[in-house]
Amino acid sequence: MPKFTIPKEELECKGHSGCAGCGATLLARYTLKALGPRTVVNVPACCWSVVQGVWPRAALKVPVIDHAFECTGAVSSGIRAALDIKGIEDVNVVGWAGDGGTVDIGLQALSGAVDRGTDMIYIMYDNEAYMNTGIQKSGCTPLYAWTNTTPGGPNGEWNLAPKKRIMEMLVVNGIVYGATVSIAYPEDLIAKLRKAKQIKGPKFIHALSSCPSGWKIDPSKSIEMARLATLTGIFPLYEVEHGKYALSKDLKSKPVEEYLKPQGRFKHLTPEMIAEIQRKVDEDYAALKSKCE
Amino acid sequence: METYRDLPQSTYTLQTTESVRTGTWRTIRPVLDRSKCVRCYNCWKFCPDMSAEVKEEGDYPSFDYEHCKGCGICSNECPTGAITMVREESRC
Amino acid sequence: MLDLMTANAAAAKAAMLSRVEVIAAYPITPQTSISEKLAEMVANGELKAKYIKVESEHSAMAALIGASYMGARTFTATSSQGLALMHEMLYWAAGARRPVVMPVVSRALGPPWNIWTDHMDVMGERDTGWMQFFCENNQETLDLILLAYRVAEDKDIMLPAMVIEDGFILSHTFEKVDVPAIEEVDFYLHAFNPDVKVNFRKPRRYGSLVMPDWAMEFRYNNGLAMDRAKKKIVEAGVAFKKAFGRDYCSLLEAYRCDDAEVALVIAGSAAGTAKVAADRMRERGRKVGVIKLRVFRPFPSEEFRQIASTVRTIGVFDRSYTYAESGTICGEVRNSLFSLAKDVHVKGYIGGLGGRDITEADLERIFDDLLAISHHGKVDRDMQWIALRDGSLRW
Repeated sequence: MPKFTIPKEELECKGHSGCAGCGATLLARYTLKALGPRTVVNVPACCWSVVQGVWPRAALKVPVIDHAFECTGAVSSGIRAALDIKGIEDVNVVGWAGDGGTVDIGLQALSGAVDRGTDMIYIMYDNEAYMNTGIQKSGCTPLYAWTNTTPGGPNGEWNLAPKKRIMEMLVVNGIVYGATVSIAYPEDLIAKLRKAKQIKGPKFIHALSSCPSGWKIDPSKSIEMARLATLTGIFPLYEVEHGKYALSKDLKSKPVEEYLKPQGRFKHLTPEMIAEIQRKVDEDYAALKSKCE
Repeated sequence: METYRDLPQSTYTLQTTESVRTGTWRTIRPVLDRSKCVRCYNCWKFCPDMSAEVKEEGDYPSFDYEHCKGCGICSNECPTGAITMVREESRC
Repeated sequence: MLDLMTANAAAAKAAMLSRVEVIAAYPITPQTSISEKLAEMVANGELKAKYIKVESEHSAMAALIGASYMGARTFTATSSQGLALMHEMLYWAAGARRPVVMPVVSRALGPPWNIWTDHMDVMGERDTGWMQFFCENNQETLDLILLAYRVAEDKDIMLPAMVIEDGFILSHTFEKVDVPAIEEVDFYLHAFNPDVKVNFRKPRRYGSLVMPDWAMEFRYNNGLAMDRAKKKIVEAGVAFKKAFGRDYCSLLEAYRCDDAEVALVIAGSAAGTAKVAADRMRERGRKVGVIKLRVFRPFPSEEFRQIASTVRTIGVFDRSYTYAESGTICGEVRNSLFSLAKDVHVKGYIGGLGGRDITEADLERIFDDLLAISHHGKVDRDMQWIALRDGSLRW
């Protein structure tokens, strides 16, 4: 019997300006299916500033407040404070920011909002670089990735820093709930967002947002790459509630090479680099699993 | 919207992007072979542009060619190969 | 009710009387006691508001923009480095037409590190689209915040406003302040009820991307709002006088200018000192006046032209410096009088920076200088620093 495995109602509009195959537009689509129309979204400078289209048109059927780059957490705090003083309790406040806008320039505001216990769902859609400005390295760019500011060259200036461990940082900072989600697993994403909706306090969702333009993959492979990220253990699906980790599903079953090889941003990887990445992924995955016991 | 007098007080939106025909972006388009379709609705689920449409559970999907950008996700995620991407001959 | 308080306490009182709903505060000398006083008021129930203890001034303004979009009356306060840090968000608040009201306790910007008053911090923000009010004393600090809310939240205006009180001179000095009863303020200032705010039945995107084909028109409209504010400020001042008895019916206060030969334009606490200096000069038979600049944005060009139709030598005191041949206020005064340039002399004075005291003696020397210009019929130079340690016994 044919069934929809996720809610049918669309709160995202066709005609948005996302690239063909854009993971971030799928993330927003699923997120709003989970959260519903009583949601205010605040968006800093990021792909979504442009994806939403040009005035006078809007791409979402919920109120959206756009603002400057570094203050997503702060604006969320302000929105929640106003709702509180007016006694409105049934509205989701969603900070919706890219990876650069979260772990780099937006880190202070996010840390402050978490520290203050702001009742919000902060969603970082992670396409692993500053994509809106044309693919520059961010704190979430993975090891050895090519970007326009880590372009390789004779000095081997690929990205030499691993991804910032933002989930762990925020767990220590004091989030009440954290989760990783992916466009390749929409049912899991919706379940987690629905769960987050019921919890009061600062919640952080790390969403993997595949980016055909920036990862140099065919747009049709957008979901497949996101799926491989999880199947190789690079982007495991898990939750953290008050510091207690739980693996959503142990799906690690493929070598990282299957994920890395098809992507243009990794085409320069030597066998040594791939081996190093594999080693680190294995270590991190094992560490995560031990935290989950 | 003719002059500054017609503008709203600040830059808030007045309509949705639905009137923007992003279908003009594509160079390939998805074509469904119903005989192979098992109505798993992957295409509907994974379309970033809400352009693989299913009116009700049980229906076969159809494509909104006004908005489909031709990314090919639907074809890639279709488990039975029911969707093929076909090169556009002329402007849609 | 008459009470003794600092301008910071007066500012906090004004926020309480205005029934502000969301406060975001970050400490900085010499503003800090405003934040502390408000925390106390919220804690003891005197003020029913949400107090967000933000982690920087940039976040303070960001949080208030979010809160204002939800329809809440918003308040914060800052100085100097904090104001500079907020710079980006000041443009945002004004561009987004959110009527935040913010006392700014004026303080020099470092380096050199300096916690005392001057106006370089607020002058750096004159292009943001915020209204700017200067206070002469603690009473004005309280009153102008109430007036600022009334103008800012007017549906035809919807622009944010900063109310500037000089650091330490006003912020930390006790003066008599007549505090109105909150019931009286409720008549003067109604609840914040904006037309433009988040609405779930009509979901919109606020702060959209606007292409070159329409961006200029949005800016133009914001400019028209700033122009309309001139009249609204006067109207709010007239209503204020009716409600509370004190006179703020004009964008600038012309003190003893009717028959003055020369007049000095000055803003902030030093305007009070200037009035005393003017009185001393008058006692000696010199016909001098003071033009106290109460409102810098919107700029009262018309009012200046009116005064210059009879007062033909005008000095302009800038408690700030802009690395050019005139101070900020001086440049704008000259600009507004350009059509009268053949008949009016304008000279600028720079002083009081980094908290250097502006004394009555300094101001009397300026009046003498202006009188000399008036008698000789020409300006010796466009701009002069006063009370500078330059080796001369005079300036």
